[in-house]
Amino acid sequence: MKQGKWRFLTRRVGFYLATAWSAITLNFLIPRLMPGDPASVIVRQLQRQSGESVSPETVAAIQKLFGDPRAGLLQQYWDYLVSIARLDFGLSVSRFPTPVGELLGAGLPWTLLLVGTTTVIAFLLGTGLGIAAGWKPGGRLDGFLSPLSTFLSALPYFWVALIALYVFGLVLGWFPLGGGFDPDLYGGPGFLGSVLEHLVMPAATIVFSAFGGWLLGMRNMMVTAVSEDYVLLGRAKGLSAGRVMFRYAARNALLPSVTGFAMAIGGVLGGALLTEIVFSYPGIGYLLYDAVSKRDYPLMQGVFLLTTLTVLLANFVADSVYVMIDPRTREAGR
Amino acid sequence: MILDVKGLDVDYVSAKGAVRAVNDVSFQLRRGEILGVAGESGCGKSTLIMAIMRLLRPPAALTGGEVWLHPRDGEPVDLAARTDRELRTLRWRRIAVVLQSAMDALNPVARLSAQFADVLKAHGYRDAGKRTAELLEMVGISPDRARSYPHEMSGGMRQRAMIALALACDPELVVMDEPTTAVDVVMQRQILSQILQLRDRLGFSVVFVTHDLSLLVELADRIAVMYAGRIVEIGEAAGIYADPKHPYTKGLRDSFPPLRAPVTKLSGIPGTPPALRDLPPGCAFEPRCARRFGDCAERRPELLPVGGGLAACHLHDRERAHV
Repeated sequence: MKQGKWRFLTRRVGFYLATAWSAITLNFLIPRLMPGDPASVIVRQLQRQSGESVSPETVAAIQKLFGDPRAGLLQQYWDYLVSIARLDFGLSVSRFPTPVGELLGAGLPWTLLLVGTTTVIAFLLGTGLGIAAGWKPGGRLDGFLSPLSTFLSALPYFWVALIALYVFGLVLGWFPLGGGFDPDLYGGPGFLGSVLEHLVMPAATIVFSAFGGWLLGMRNMMVTAVSEDYVLLGRAKGLSAGRVMFRYAARNALLPSVTGFAMAIGGVLGGALLTEIVFSYPGIGYLLYDAVSKRDYPLMQGVFLLTTLTVLLANFVADSVYVMIDPRTREAGR
Repeated sequence: MILDVKGLDVDYVSAKGAVRAVNDVSFQLRRGEILGVAGESGCGKSTLIMAIMRLLRPPAALTGGEVWLHPRDGEPVDLAARTDRELRTLRWRRIAVVLQSAMDALNPVARLSAQFADVLKAHGYRDAGKRTAELLEMVGISPDRARSYPHEMSGGMRQRAMIALALACDPELVVMDEPTTAVDVVMQRQILSQILQLRDRLGFSVVFVTHDLSLLVELADRIAVMYAGRIVEIGEAAGIYADPKHPYTKGLRDSFPPLRAPVTKLSGIPGTPPALRDLPPGCAFEPRCARRFGDCAERRPELLPVGGGLAACHLHDRERAHV
C-alpha cells in the first residue's frame, strides 16, 4: 500500500517534469520560429516606436533572449536553459535595463494576495452554500440560491468590475479608483490599511463573480450524492443530520470540486488579467498587459513561463491531493 | 410480537398526481421470525420496507397507516407518527438495514472501522474498536480488514461486512433489501446460512425482501407476496411454496429454479405488471391471470383466510362460502 503510493507519486513527478521541460522548450522555440531574425525585427520595431536608435545594451539584451543570430540553435538553447536555471529571464525592453525577474518578483506578491485570497474565499463560500442548497434539492434555500448564482455567473466579469468601479469608486467614493496601495504611505504606519483599502473592491468583484460557479457545481454534485445509498444508510444509522450531510454526502460530493479548486489556484496568475487592468492593480496581470501594449517580448515570455509553470505545479498538487482524499484512485495508480 | 403494520399507504407524488405504490398493507412480525416479502420489480416491496424504516425519500411519502414497533423493553412506538429527530435513537439500536449493494451502501471514502465507529459512538458504545473486531469475526471476516476501504474488499466480503454493521447495536429487527442479489450463488448460500445462524444466536427478527421465491423458502418462516402495491398472499413459507393459493404466487414460484430439488420446468408469468397509475378496477392481476373468470375484472378480491394463510383471490370465494 505505502509502496504503491510512492511509486504513484514518483511517476507523477516524472510526468510533470517532462511537461515542464516541453513548456520551456516551446517558450524558447516559438519566437525563433518567427520568420527572419526575431531579435532584429524587435530592434527595428523599437526604433520605429521611439524614433531614436536603440542602445547597444538593449540590442544585446534582446539578442540574448531571442538568440544571437550568429550562434547555432543548439548553443542558443543551452544558453537559454542555463539562464532559466539561474532564474535569469533577461532584461525588460520597456523598462530597460530592469531584469524581467525583478519585475516578476515585484508583481507576484500582489497577484498572490489579491487572486489567491479571493479564490480561496470564493471557493469556501460557494462550496459551503452549495452543500446547504444541494442537501434539500427544491427546498427554499435551493430555490433561492441556484437561480441567483446562475444569474451571477452569467454576468461578464469586466462589466461587474467597471460598474463597481464607477459606483463605489467614482460616484460614492468609498474606495480608491486603482492601484495596490497609496504611494504616500509606502512603508509607513498606514501602509497595511491602505493595502487593504485598495484590495476590497477588486477582491469583492472577483468573489462576487466566481462564487456562483462553485455553488452550482457543488450543489449539483450534492444532489447526486444525497440520492446515493450510503447517505440513506447514514440516515438509517441514526446519525445526526449534520454528520450525514458532511461526512457522508458532502465528503463524497466534494471530490470533483477539489480538483477544480487546485486548477483554479493554478490559474491565479493568468486569471487576474481583467481585474488588474480594470483596477490598475500592480500584479502579474497588469505587468502582462503593460508588456503587450509596449511590445516588451522578454517580459511577456517571462510572464508566460511563470504562468505555465504555476498551472503545472497546481495540477500536480491537485493530482496528489486527489490521491489522498479519494482512496479509490490509489489502486488505479499502482 | 415485534412489528405490527396496519393499513400502510405510500404515494409517489408528482405533477401528474399521486401514484399509490403501497396500498393498505398490513402484517405482523413475531419476535425472532423471518418474514420474506416477494414480488416482481416495481411491486412496492422495497418501498414498503423503506416506509417501515421511515427512510422514504421524495417523491415518495407515507400517506396513511401505522407502524407499531414493540421493543423488548418499554412501550410500543408508532414509527409512522414520529419525527425524524425522535426516530434517531430508535434507528440501528432497534431497527437496522442491509441494502442490496454494499458497494453503494458503504461510504466509499471511509475505512470500514470508521463506518462502524460512527454508529457505535452515536449509540453510546465505548470501545468501538473491540466491538468492530467482534462483529467482523461473527461474519467470518478477519478483524484486521477493518482498516480496509470498501473497494478493497470482494463483493461477498462487503456484503457480510454490511450484515456485521447492521448487527452493531444488537438490533431487534433487521430489514434486508435483496442482500444477496449482487453476489454469486455460492456466496448467496453462505450468506443465507449465516443469517439463519446469527438469528438463532442473537434472536433478532428479519424482514427479507427479494424477487426470488425459491430463496425465501430456504430462509423465511413466513412469506408475503406483493403485487401492484398490495399483499396478495401471506402464510407459512413451506405451505406457500408447496400449495400457493394465489395464481400469481404460483407463477412466481414456477419462474425460479428451486435451490434444492432438481429443475423440472420453468414457466414465467406472461405479460408485465400493470401501471400503478392506471390499475384495473378489479383484481390487479386479472389481465395476466390464466384462471380469471367472470367477477375478476370488476370486483377487487379482499385478503381473506384460505387454508393456513391469507390470499386475495376470487377462486377461493366458493370455498369460503361453504365453510
